[in-house]
Amino acid sequence: MSPSVDNAIETRGLRKVFGSHVAVRNLSLTVPRGEIFGFLGPNGAGKSTSIKMLLGLVHPTSGDSFVLGAASGDVDIRRRIGFLPEDFRFYDWLTASELVQFHGRLCGMTKEELRRRVPEVIDLVGLTQHQDRRVKGFSKGMLQRIGLAQALVHEPDIIFLDEPTSGLDPMGRLMVRDILRAERERGATVFLNSHLLSEIEVTCDRVAFIKNGEVVTTRDLSDTPMEEVGVVMGARNVSQQAIAGLTRWAEAIDREQEKLRFRVHSRDVLPDIMRFLVAAGADIFEFTPERVSLEQIFVTIMGEDTSL
Amino acid sequence: MSNIAIIAGVTLREAARRKILWTALFAGALLLAIFAIALRLQVVEFQSRPMSPFVRYQVESGMLMIGLYTCDLLAVVLTILTSIDTLAGEISSGTIQAVATKPISRSQLLLGKYLGFVGMIVVYVAVTFSATIAVAYSVTGVLPENPVHGLFLIIFECIVALSLTFMFGTWFSTLTNGVVVLGLQAVAFMGGWLEQVSGFSQSGHIVTLGVASSLIMPGESLWRRAAYEMQTPLAGSLSFSPFANVSIPSSTAIVYAAAYLCIVLGVAIWHFNERDL
Repeated sequence: MSPSVDNAIETRGLRKVFGSHVAVRNLSLTVPRGEIFGFLGPNGAGKSTSIKMLLGLVHPTSGDSFVLGAASGDVDIRRRIGFLPEDFRFYDWLTASELVQFHGRLCGMTKEELRRRVPEVIDLVGLTQHQDRRVKGFSKGMLQRIGLAQALVHEPDIIFLDEPTSGLDPMGRLMVRDILRAERERGATVFLNSHLLSEIEVTCDRVAFIKNGEVVTTRDLSDTPMEEVGVVMGARNVSQQAIAGLTRWAEAIDREQEKLRFRVHSRDVLPDIMRFLVAAGADIFEFTPERVSLEQIFVTIMGEDTSL
Repeated sequence: MSNIAIIAGVTLREAARRKILWTALFAGALLLAIFAIALRLQVVEFQSRPMSPFVRYQVESGMLMIGLYTCDLLAVVLTILTSIDTLAGEISSGTIQAVATKPISRSQLLLGKYLGFVGMIVVYVAVTFSATIAVAYSVTGVLPENPVHGLFLIIFECIVALSLTFMFGTWFSTLTNGVVVLGLQAVAFMGGWLEQVSGFSQSGHIVTLGVASSLIMPGESLWRRAAYEMQTPLAGSLSFSPFANVSIPSSTAIVYAAAYLCIVLGVAIWHFNERDL
């Protein structure tokens, strides 16, 4: 297959087997350029292995993957890739400034570029006061910040972030969110692997749900964020026929005495449902639409907990 | 090429920060002091009784070889202990991921680290080797034969050990790597002794065993060649110890060691490229 120039990431049938364990079964994914793309799944779903295959750290057993139009593992294209590994760590005897400089030099930055960019990116992650301190004394959150700085120093076209906010306090998370948005404004693509669904929900344009090493579904969050609506009703005299009729608009219908819960894909159908139920003879004394969170969708898609 | 230089530079700086390097330098200085005192005591003792200058020269040269052998042993141990962690440790901790995703090939990454360690070894061996010779010369006035050849061969021996820690570091954990390479070093030491014994024994089997051990790990034969190059011509026939030689490794053994080093390094690069990080 040949990759499209419009896509930052393209994979087809990517598979990785470690011994007898299938880590990634069949990953087919397309991420257009300029998006913040969320990658979601339970523990052991194959997220980190997938990222490592995209970056050329892990060799796939079969399948194709391309990043910025080049095959994963291409050395030259890495000049345009930034990566923050999970639990970032590096030589702890370097100062924060030296660490970022080192990574910038590896990316081919000139002395002039480093002189301008290193203080700038250290300031961006809020570590200016600590730039001459050795990384050895850094907290986990500070390490994540300096890790983010090394991923961004060369102004890459695509940035892979593996759990970037795991060690950060709420202020740090806000900072990461702002940085990612700024990177998208700059035209960069961000590939975000995070367990924090609320982070993904407010940051990402699109998400892919991965389970057992396969993409189960992808959702667009950019234009109509979380259009799905859950409804909680309090009603009497709701007949079985009325409930069967509800399936025209609703799914995940759950009835418990006088409580009725269901989910619809658009708020627009709510008046129709009200009219239908009243016409069917139901006495409605409560009708509360609730926004469906990404967490609820995640739980629905992933089913029961199969995490390791 | 510049990427190799960047990695070599940071590796050299990292090696210089390891306590083991400074401990080895301290140990080297301590041994040098003991060596100087022993030499001085020997010189005083020699002055107290009549002795032919020829015999005196042979004994003092022999003592210098003890000093240089100590120097060689420390350098090999330092090489192994400082380098066993560089690939194995960074792979297991994930530290290597941030570098391996930069625009640098894995071969460049490995060679950069390798050259960084080679730089450290060259400096360490040159300092301790020169200091040992300087102490011996100042106390006794004795100099080794062919010191440059000797220095080169000791560095060569260390680099063979380094190549092995790199190769096994792409397969094993830090601890296993250390055990395997130190084990091979022991095999080499045994091989050296067996070849020495074969100089007196008529048993062909001992010769075969000694040669086989030296083929598995040729490091010790490089020291024995270095000792042969540096000792007085008569010493070989007077001595029976690892500090001097009965059985002298041939030039073919040196060529074999060079080919061995290239193959081990080649396998290290190949496997580092092949493996998942």
